[in-house]
Amino acid sequence: MNKIKIFLLVVCMVPMALFAAEPGMPLDKAPIDTSDNESLQRGAETFVNYCLTCHGASFMRYNRHRDIGLDNEIEVLEKLIKTGQKAGDLMLTAMRKNEGEEWFGVVPPDLSVIARSHGADWLYTYLRAFYRDDTTVPGWNNLVFDRAAMPHVLYELQGEQKLVVETVDGKEVKSLELVKPGSMTVSEYDRYVADLVNYLVYLGEPIANERKRLGIMVMIFLFGMLGLTYLLYKEYWRDIH
Amino acid sequence: MSEQKNSFLEWIDKRFPMTATWRAHLSEYYAPKNFNFWYFFGSLALLVLVNQLITGIFLTMSYKPDSSLAFASVEYIMRDVDYGWLIRYMHSTGASMFFVVVYLHMFRGMIYGSYRKPRELLWLIGMAIFFVLMSLAFTGYILPWGQMSYWGAQVIVSMFEAIPFIGETLHNWILGDYMLSDAALNRFFAYHVVTLPVLIVVLVFVHVIALHEVGSNNPDGIEIKENKNPETKIPVDGIPFHPYYTVKDIFGVIGFLIVFCGIIFFAPEMGGYFLEYNNFIPANMLQTPDHIAPVWYFTPYYSMLRAVTVNFLGVDAKLWGVILMVAGVAIFCFLPWLDRSPVKSIRYKGPIFKTFLTLFVISFFVLGWLGTQPPTPFYTLLAQIFSVVYFAFFILMPIYSKIDKTKPEPKRVTK
Repeated sequence: MNKIKIFLLVVCMVPMALFAAEPGMPLDKAPIDTSDNESLQRGAETFVNYCLTCHGASFMRYNRHRDIGLDNEIEVLEKLIKTGQKAGDLMLTAMRKNEGEEWFGVVPPDLSVIARSHGADWLYTYLRAFYRDDTTVPGWNNLVFDRAAMPHVLYELQGEQKLVVETVDGKEVKSLELVKPGSMTVSEYDRYVADLVNYLVYLGEPIANERKRLGIMVMIFLFGMLGLTYLLYKEYWRDIH
Repeated sequence: MSEQKNSFLEWIDKRFPMTATWRAHLSEYYAPKNFNFWYFFGSLALLVLVNQLITGIFLTMSYKPDSSLAFASVEYIMRDVDYGWLIRYMHSTGASMFFVVVYLHMFRGMIYGSYRKPRELLWLIGMAIFFVLMSLAFTGYILPWGQMSYWGAQVIVSMFEAIPFIGETLHNWILGDYMLSDAALNRFFAYHVVTLPVLIVVLVFVHVIALHEVGSNNPDGIEIKENKNPETKIPVDGIPFHPYYTVKDIFGVIGFLIVFCGIIFFAPEMGGYFLEYNNFIPANMLQTPDHIAPVWYFTPYYSMLRAVTVNFLGVDAKLWGVILMVAGVAIFCFLPWLDRSPVKSIRYKGPIFKTFLTLFVISFFVLGWLGTQPPTPFYTLLAQIFSVVYFAFFILMPIYSKIDKTKPEPKRVTK
C-alpha cells in the first residue's frame, strides 16, 4: 500500500518540477543585516536625503528610530528631520499628490511597507539597474522595472549605465555597462544601496528584530511546558491500558 | 470550609444544573480510550476559535472600516499600538491555522468514518461550521484593503454575476455599489465582526452538544456504547473525558502552540502564503495585479473555478466553474450516504478505498498548488484532470465502498 502512495506522489511531482514558473530577470541577493545599526542609520540618512522628497513613509514616526540606535531626540532632529517637523511626527513627504502626478505621471508610492511587497533583493537590484534611455520621458529606464516612472535619483553617485544587448545561443541577454563613472566606485555604490535597502527592510517592519528576540523566549517556555504537560499526561494515563 | 462550598454548590444546583452539566459533558462523558494523534484537532479548532474571537476584539479597537483609512489603520496597529503587531499576527496566523486544523479535523472524520450513522447530523453541523468559517475568512481578508484583499474579493463577488437572470442585481445588492468600494468594506466588516462570529459560536456549541449525544467515534470505528459494563452502565472501552482527555489535550495544545508561535514570531508571512506580499500594496481600483491568487486555503476550489473552460448545455463556462467550486465544498455533506462500506474505519477498509483516498489527498494538494499559480494551458489541463479525480472519490464511492474487500471489525477497541 505504501509503495502505491509513494509512486502516486512521485508521478504527481514530476510535471510540477518540469513546468515550474520560469523566473524573470535574475535578482541579486541583497547583502543586508537588520541588526547592523550603523548600516541602518546610514540608510536612514540616505532615505531622508533622497527618497523622502517625493515618497512618504507615512506609517513611520521619526522618534521610532530609537530602534536603530538613534535614541537621543536631538540626534534624530539633526540627522533625520529637514523639514521642521517634530520628533513624534509621521514621515510625510514634502511633495503634494497633484504635483507628483503632474511631474511623473503617477503619485510616487508610499515606501513604508515597500520592502514587504517587493522584497529586499528586488529593491537592491532595481536601485542598481537604471540606464540611460532617451526614448522614455524621464530619460532613464530600468532593467528590473521596465519604463519605471522614477528617474535615476542617485545617478550622481553611481554614474550612467548603458544597456548592452548580446545574443548568446539565439537568446537575448541584457546587461548593463558603466559608461560614465559617478562620485562612487561600483563597490561603494553597492554598499550605499545595500544600506538603503537594509533601512527599507527595517522600515517595513520595525518590530521584526524584537519579534524574533521575544520568539526565542516564548519557544523556550513552550518547550519546557511541553515536557511538563507530557509528564502530567503520562501520570494521569498510567492505569489506562 | 468544604461544607460551606458544598452548600454553595447546592444553592447553585437548585437554580442551575451546574454539577449535572459538568458531569454530563466532562467528568462523566465517556470517550473511547484509543484516541490517537488525529483526535487533537477538534479541541485545537476550539482553541483557535477563541484566539480569533479575543484577538479580533482587540483589533476592532484600532481598525477603521473605511476604504481611505483601513490600510493605514492596520499599519497603525502594527507600529503604534502596544503589542498590536502580536495581536495582528495572532489573528492573521490564526486564520490560516484555523483552516489547517479544520482540514485535518475533517480528514480525521474521513479516515475513521466519523460521518457514518449515527453521526450524520454531527457531520452536517460541522459542514455548516466550515461554510461559516469560509465566509469569515473571506470577509476578514477584505479588511486590510490591500491589492489582494481588493482584487481577490472582486473575483469572488463577480461569481454572483454568473448566476443567470438575477446575477447582476444580486451582485450590486451584495456590494451596495457597482463595484467593490467603501460600502462593501463597511458591510463585510459588519458580517465579519458581528453576524458570522455569532453564527460560528452557536454552531460550534450545537456541534459539541450533538457529539455528546451520539458519543465520539474512534480509530477503530466501532461503537463503544454497544459494550457496556452491565453493572455500572459505563462503556468498557470508555474513559471520562475529564481528567483523561483534558490533560492529553493540554499537551496537544502546547504542541500546537509551538508551531503556531513559531510562525507568529519567526515567519508571520509564511513565505507569502499566510500574508500575501501583494497585500502590502494598498488597494487600487484602477490597477489590476498581473496575477490574482486567493489565500492558500481557498486555492483548491479556486482551481476548480478556473478549470472549466468550455460552455456546454447552453450554460456559460464561468457559471459551470462556480457550480463546480460550490459542489467541491458541498459534496462533503453527502459523505454519510455515499459510503456503503460495512466498516467505518480505514483500518478495516480495503485497498480500493485506500487508493481513492490517496488520490483524493493528492488532487487536493495539486489543485491547491495550481490555484496559487498563474494559469497556463498545461496547468488548466492539470486542474481539469485533478478536479475529475477529486470528484471521482465522492461520486464513485457508493460503488467502490460496496465491492471493496474489508477486514472484520474487532469487538473491543485496539491500540
